[in-house]
Amino acid sequence: MSTFICPNCEYSYDEAKGDPREGWPAGTPFADIDPDWTCPDCGVREQRDFESRGEGAES
Amino acid sequence: MAIQATMADGTQVVWRDSKRYLWIMGAIIPLIPFSAWGLVEWTGQSVFWYFGPFFVFGLIPIVDTLAGFDRNNPPDEVLDALENDKYYRWVTYLFIPMQYASLTWGAYLFGGGTLFVSDPLSIVDKIGLALGIGMVAGIGINTAHELGHKKEVHERWFARVALAQTFYGHFFIEHNRGHHVRVATPEDPASARLGETVWGFMPRTVFGSFKSAWGIEKRRFGRRKKSHWSLKNDVLNAWAFSVVLWGGLMIAFGWQILPYLVLQAIVGIWLLESVNYLEHYGMRRKQLESGRFERVNPSHSWNSNNIGTNVLLYHLQRHSDHHANPTRRYQALRDFKEAPVLPTGYAGMIVLTWVPALWRTVMDKRVVEHFDGDITQANLQPRKRDKLLEKYGAIEEAA
Repeated sequence: MSTFICPNCEYSYDEAKGDPREGWPAGTPFADIDPDWTCPDCGVREQRDFESRGEGAES
Repeated sequence: MAIQATMADGTQVVWRDSKRYLWIMGAIIPLIPFSAWGLVEWTGQSVFWYFGPFFVFGLIPIVDTLAGFDRNNPPDEVLDALENDKYYRWVTYLFIPMQYASLTWGAYLFGGGTLFVSDPLSIVDKIGLALGIGMVAGIGINTAHELGHKKEVHERWFARVALAQTFYGHFFIEHNRGHHVRVATPEDPASARLGETVWGFMPRTVFGSFKSAWGIEKRRFGRRKKSHWSLKNDVLNAWAFSVVLWGGLMIAFGWQILPYLVLQAIVGIWLLESVNYLEHYGMRRKQLESGRFERVNPSHSWNSNNIGTNVLLYHLQRHSDHHANPTRRYQALRDFKEAPVLPTGYAGMIVLTWVPALWRTVMDKRVVEHFDGDITQANLQPRKRDKLLEKYGAIEEAA
């Protein structure tokens, strides 16, 4: 499971935890997320803009 | 208070925020209704019930012109420390109890309260007071805007509290997840087009923003495979604050205050949407080959460094940095040299929007200049496209 970071505001998406509020249950792979989905915090970066932080970089 | 930081080259920098204590001025706006009352009592002239609009559209633009400009930018190295100084967020929280005190005071007077007034208010007086309370309501949306962008959950709840007065709770959803995504494109209802008047823009932005906010939440609940008819829907829970607030005021002061509550809300929304109108007038992001629009950059928003309005609006006029970094706190927003600049602060610019011919005389040429004379790059009002192309001599490229 990897973590992906919004390059604008550092919101982090952890695949293990998902983001249930946004409709991505725990365990949702980042690749399965809509590429047009925008960062829930800043709104100005989309799924395809996120940067990978690798395996378990963040808990 | 000075902030110390180490620059990239290893030298120490000490930076002092010259506006630190000026930010408290933002919280004087809710004093408008009390000032109106004080002036009426002091002079015996009931015309002072109209003090609110006079203050915002008369005094503020004059003071703004006299107070001059502030181009002071904090160095990058101190931004983190500046943002983490909790003093600044308390300044914005302070606005909210003041806002509620002024609304309650107004509701008391709308309901015919006579304990503190020599002469009961006539309908004409109450309309004047409602316009003043609407000024507070509109600038309250600005406070909600600052809070609604933040990652802290409690600040997003404070945003709903500040929006309750105008029944505009859906704003912080549409603004963050709609407007910021589509800003300066023809798809954004809250970005004004070259040639569009403020009066034509109003219904487009009000209805378009509502539709957008509802759609954003509906899609979010769709992904969760749950019904969006729930109090967890941020549009509905934000409106619930208004139901409680307006209901409470009507229970306390009588249902007869309802027309004045509606009037102040309309004035507040109109004030906010007037600001939306001028923030991105004519600006357009380039469309990339993929069909996506280029990333938002400082050239896509109008800015103003007038210190008067900037202090009252928590740096909202440093709008380019805000769009580039939406979660950045107001005290850390910077001025960009490449950003287009309005001739004066927002308050004076709103007055200009009232006469569309005057607005367009002042602004259209600035938009054309911004695009180095190539008007085809601007966000054009479709109905006026041909006329604009003809006037500014652009040759339409073969499509």
